[in-house]
Amino acid sequence: MDATSDTFVSSPTDFPSTPPVGGAGKRPHVTIRGLSKRFGKTVIYDDFDLDIPRGELISVFGPNGCGKSTLINMIAGLIPIDAGRILFDGMLLSEIKFGYVFQNYREALFPWMRAFDNIAYPLKLMKVPAAERKARTEALVERLGVKIDLNLYPYHMSGGQQQLVSIMRSLVVEPEILFLDEPFSALDYEMTLFMREQLQKLFIESGTTMVLVSHDLEEAVYLADRVLLLSRHPARVADFMPVGVPRPRGDETLSDPEFVRLKAHCLEVFQREVRRG
Amino acid sequence: MIRRLDAFLPLIGVVGLLAIWSLVTSRQWVDPVLLPSPAETFKAFWKGMDGGALGFDFVKTVYRTTMATAIAAVIAIPLGILLGSSERLYRSLEFVIDFFRSTPASAMFPLFLVLFGVGDETKISVAAFGAILVILFNVAYGVMNARKTRLLAAKVMGASRLRVLFDVMLRESLPQTFVGLRNGVSLALVIIVVAEMFIGSQDGLGHSVFEAQQLFDMPRMYAAIAAAGALGYGLNLLFLTIERRYVHWSGK
Repeated sequence: MDATSDTFVSSPTDFPSTPPVGGAGKRPHVTIRGLSKRFGKTVIYDDFDLDIPRGELISVFGPNGCGKSTLINMIAGLIPIDAGRILFDGMLLSEIKFGYVFQNYREALFPWMRAFDNIAYPLKLMKVPAAERKARTEALVERLGVKIDLNLYPYHMSGGQQQLVSIMRSLVVEPEILFLDEPFSALDYEMTLFMREQLQKLFIESGTTMVLVSHDLEEAVYLADRVLLLSRHPARVADFMPVGVPRPRGDETLSDPEFVRLKAHCLEVFQREVRRG
Repeated sequence: MIRRLDAFLPLIGVVGLLAIWSLVTSRQWVDPVLLPSPAETFKAFWKGMDGGALGFDFVKTVYRTTMATAIAAVIAIPLGILLGSSERLYRSLEFVIDFFRSTPASAMFPLFLVLFGVGDETKISVAAFGAILVILFNVAYGVMNARKTRLLAAKVMGASRLRVLFDVMLRESLPQTFVGLRNGVSLALVIIVVAEMFIGSQDGLGHSVFEAQQLFDMPRMYAAIAAAGALGYGLNLLFLTIERRYVHWSGK
């Protein structure tokens, strides 16, 4: 993150002049240019460009170890980048509000706080007064229509409830962008289905740009406005496929011919990339 | 019905032990001078605790153990946090800590006698020395083993380093800190009792046991041993209760 701050000063004139990569006409929310990253001798990203459109839910999908999580971790500043720049509407990460949801909700929540206080904690970090913290958290719960007992400690909740709390914690600051790293892969299938609906509801409700890493193709296509298919490392954009299936999507979507066609297309691209390695 | 009686299961061991003890003494399988009956022992215990010398010795030992543990905690907890928050710092001192942690604190008596004389200071400081290393070691490991995801979560929400330390690392280290405190207070009690026996003490449970043995007053000796046992158990229970109350997430 520091690598970008001394080489780049954010101002409108510095906005990348290169045409949007993949973003299909919409003004991009996130612009990634010349991103490079290596772990030891392995080159994960080499001069990688991408535009993430505003207000869309992007699923990131690709072969194992291609760097799906690494990508969102670099965008969210959890992992330093070797070279390149990542801008959010021309601004740096430190200048925007964002949320991040971890796969491991059990370790991401604070067990010493009740669920409600977990959700309100980011506001505390922002030095919001206690009364307002409470009001804003209550408003969020109300708006999302979440019906779980938030006076419980996380360890008394089911996995799905914990992850829901975790997602709400990332939404309470009204982030401009939300990153989700395989948020449902530690849940059982029944809970996963339920949580997909919850996430879709939250997305329609909030309109926040979301970047979701998924290892489940059906989930990736089902939730996405656009699926980012990555190649084996060094990762390239193998496809950045719009999913035109209308929302709200439901069980019937899974058998919708367009959905089935898009999923088959993704699978084909995926298989091609897997074989290439 | 049977489940409801489960709470009384621990009593079975106690009743069993007392029954065997009574049997052994009533049948005189062991010389009654060496092993008095439970009744005699209890009488000596009651007499001693109810305004007798044993009660006074008990309070003395409680005082010394509490002082030693309190001093150890005040020194070891901040130091453990400091060492734990920098793994490189801890690694550079690890050998020294492990060496002294492995050194029997009783071997330090002569040194502390030279330093502090034969008063309370010596007993308390040797016990504190032993407890410090145990607590320090546990606190440092508790801080070092803070879940990485939790630290990242706080960082990604914009917490400063200091905030991460106070809001996450400290909380994360609490369960392990309590392990250290429980071990520390047990060790402090052991050292205090030994010190009371052998380094010129006029009071305390260790002195009480030793004196009763010298006078061949066996009921009193067993009573003093029982008092020491009750104290050790009580201290452990006290810390467990505090832990359950304030570190409710421990092990979850």
